[in-house]
Amino acid sequence: MSENGIGAAVLRKEDDRLLTGRGQFTDDINRPGQAHMSILRSPLAHARIVSIDTSAAEEAPGVVAVLTGREMAEDGVGGLPCGWLITSKDGSPMVEPPHPALPADRVRYVGDQVAAVIAETREAARAAAALVDVEYEELPAAATLASATRDGAPLVWDEAPGNICYDWEVGDAEATEAAFRGADHIVSLDVVNNRLIPNAIEPRAAIGEYDSRTGDHTLFTTTQNPHLIRLLLGAFVMGIPESKLRIVAPDVGGGFGSKIHHYAEEVIVTWAAKRLGRPVKWTAERSESFVSDRHGRDHLSHAELALDAEGRFLGLRVTTAANLGAYLSTFSTCVPTYLYGILFAGPYTTPAIYVEVKGVFSNTVPVDALRGAGRPEATFLLERLVDKAARETGIDPVELRRRNLIRPDQFPYQTPVALQYDVGDYQATLDLALEMAGADAFEERRAEARARGRLRGLGVSTFLEACGIAPSAVVGSLGCRAGLYESGQVRVHPTGSVTVYTGTHSHGQGHETTFAQLVSDELGVPIDQVEVVHGDTQQIPFGMGTYGSRSLAVGGAAIYNATQKVINKGKRIAAHLLEASEADIEFENGSFTVAGTDRAKAFGEIALAAYVPHDYPIEELEPGLDETAFYDPKNFTFPAGAHIVEVEIDPETGTVELVQVTGVDDLGRIINPMIVAGQLHGGLAHGIGQALLEECQYDENGQLLTGSYLNYTMPRAADLPNFELGHNTTLCTHNPLGVKGVGEVGSIGVCPAVINAVVDALSEHGVTHIDMPATPERVWRAIQSSQA
Amino acid sequence: MSSLTLNVNGRSVTADVPDRTLLVECIREALGLTGTHVGCDTSQCGACVVLVDGRSVKSCSMFAWEADGAEVTTIEGLASDGSLHPMQQAFKEHHGLQCGFCTPGMVLSAVDLATHHADASESEVREWLEGNLCRCTGYQNIVKAVLVGAEAMEAGA
Ligand code: FES
Ligand code: FES
Repeated sequence: MSENGIGAAVLRKEDDRLLTGRGQFTDDINRPGQAHMSILRSPLAHARIVSIDTSAAEEAPGVVAVLTGREMAEDGVGGLPCGWLITSKDGSPMVEPPHPALPADRVRYVGDQVAAVIAETREAARAAAALVDVEYEELPAAATLASATRDGAPLVWDEAPGNICYDWEVGDAEATEAAFRGADHIVSLDVVNNRLIPNAIEPRAAIGEYDSRTGDHTLFTTTQNPHLIRLLLGAFVMGIPESKLRIVAPDVGGGFGSKIHHYAEEVIVTWAAKRLGRPVKWTAERSESFVSDRHGRDHLSHAELALDAEGRFLGLRVTTAANLGAYLSTFSTCVPTYLYGILFAGPYTTPAIYVEVKGVFSNTVPVDALRGAGRPEATFLLERLVDKAARETGIDPVELRRRNLIRPDQFPYQTPVALQYDVGDYQATLDLALEMAGADAFEERRAEARARGRLRGLGVSTFLEACGIAPSAVVGSLGCRAGLYESGQVRVHPTGSVTVYTGTHSHGQGHETTFAQLVSDELGVPIDQVEVVHGDTQQIPFGMGTYGSRSLAVGGAAIYNATQKVINKGKRIAAHLLEASEADIEFENGSFTVAGTDRAKAFGEIALAAYVPHDYPIEELEPGLDETAFYDPKNFTFPAGAHIVEVEIDPETGTVELVQVTGVDDLGRIINPMIVAGQLHGGLAHGIGQALLEECQYDENGQLLTGSYLNYTMPRAADLPNFELGHNTTLCTHNPLGVKGVGEVGSIGVCPAVINAVVDALSEHGVTHIDMPATPERVWRAIQSSQA
Repeated sequence: MSSLTLNVNGRSVTADVPDRTLLVECIREALGLTGTHVGCDTSQCGACVVLVDGRSVKSCSMFAWEADGAEVTTIEGLASDGSLHPMQQAFKEHHGLQCGFCTPGMVLSAVDLATHHADASESEVREWLEGNLCRCTGYQNIVKAVLVGAEAMEAGA
């Protein structure tokens, strides 16, 4: 390992600018002549727009224009497309309603866009928005998942009876039925997976710009995947060829999935900039973020596990209703299906599984991917069910898991729900976690807590996730309307310095450092001479962006392959310069050497020769040293872990104190352990937030009750402990780096461990389940009702 | 309109801004110092924290004119002679930032704490950061950085 190479905790290259206020976030950008946009949003969950009178707003000081769905339709701007077609059980395609950026006739959630007010200043735009006079005819709303699925519920879309978008299944219903018939125990559980609001700390922003001289559009936007936005906005919404549409995603202040999706505001500023002939800028206020950023989770599920007398899992069946919100956001449809249903084998050998999912429309903000996206929901349900099974069969929860974990000699392991796991060592991961958590001595700690009048509990979760999204052929066959490969370009300059272009996007993950380490290690170029460029479609060949813990496993692999092409070309140049055969050239530590001799050319000399071809095999090789690779993964990657949480509960107040959180994970090869630890911390905090604090709530009229930081509880520093982390590594077998991914692990594994610990603590009060978030009120009520 | 004179990052500046202008708007828009961020509209996130006369303040929760005559330090004014302030350095060395959006506010809150309460314990640091939200880091490395940065500031003082 070189000092700054693979495996080293290299300090981040991006930090100097971010620590000194020299980062450039979208709202920091101002374009000459720009106007400011404010969006007037629907105050009602469901209503017909009877009329919109914009005259008073148009006359207000500083107003440039007030635009509505009518103007947008006149200009032929299309709706926002959905990226994944789901097919129902009966073979019919999902219901795919229109998704206009500015609806003209009906609004379907509080926050839906009604008008865009554009003015000289942000204040003027906001003030004028209040003067737009909209007459609504209020319609009954399907405001929650439960109410949207009730008989006779108001319809969000007339074309979707029962508010059903699709009724999907995966697995073998018959085999699962048979497994249940032969079971000794059947354990069942109903689970709510609480709805979350993403809350990246940087609010979304977008600036549209149009050059009438060249016909070029530029969109600066807070996105995780600039090329995907170019594709969707250009090809599907606006009809702009790629060559005329540039998307720039500069520094982006966190995404967690919420900045994957293509948003209406991106369309509106792009369209308005051309229509008005000047740049148009929009930045969300936080209260807008709450009602317009795509929310996450929101499932109601029933699950049953069949076990034999020894506690071996025989079969699993799951029925889930998943809230999709009012419109189909970009990847919304695949999250509760292909990122959820196929995860139900988890790390276990369950031979028969059957999962049914109904995607449900409601009069709420569209729901889409949020850190983990489908996999936390599946993991929570499965790990709660396994724990409940342990309690009902009287088998220790750790022992029950052990009896069912896939053994190392069973890989590659084909699950009954499509996935084939390549490698893992789940028992050893669990052993290490138990040791680190001091699980052996837990009962003593419990007794000691009891003596103090406190309830102590220990919760375990063993889990697995599918990351490195994704093999294009596989996802294509399942309805994905995109390929999910990645590109990497490695441009070696004449002096030997290197610029790396990646189609992934970094919004906190530290790609500028990790990818530089990788390239520095491969090419032997000092890390400070490797620059990583991302977030600009004009500079980068192509890309699918960052989500699904794919950046290193897919994007990193593309960069690695590009470095190998550079090395191969370098060898051919060296062979000529050293008058040797290409097969005899070895490349190591930045030097091309004729094997078994001391005749060598440094990397920099080869780079120079490639660009100053005075003594260069011009007949056989083009000048230049600049290589691009596209990498399409052969399989998903399967990070796995064991998370253990210990809690102490004050029965008087219901307060849950996290005493210890231990996470042992198998992430494949680790490039930068410092960054990996940071990713784990952030994911764990997100998962703990879901388990103990966060919950998006709507009232029965579809009004958001948790629309600010005053009533939506974000995890703060004092809510969280220090995390104990460990690794038990097996290398991914099918990508060149052996990496698996880390961005979502924390949020996937820890939720059920927290709730299992809470239930364990409350078990002496007869509590067998508690829904998330386990707030003091909920915990206190659970204790009270057991005493009643 | 108010005409104000502020000492920002050691330089005297004057600005003419409408009376209702918030200090954060004055800093970002009139003065062009975009290192100070806006993360909410309810004074809850702390992304906008700056030092006013040495104390950390949410610059979204005061009017610009209230800072007339004051010394204001923003994140741009913390490093000197091209080298990072000890608190910035600690954040870098302990990976106390990921996306960097909450970071300016975190660092300046931490500088206030360290200046006035150099030997704060870990739990005091966690309580102090009550007004600063971070979605990326889970706070663990921020807390570590603040403890180390406070020690470094004390040693250098
Ligand atoms: S911007 Fe959120 S507290 Fe000031
Ligand atoms: S580093 Fe991203 S919000 Fe704190």
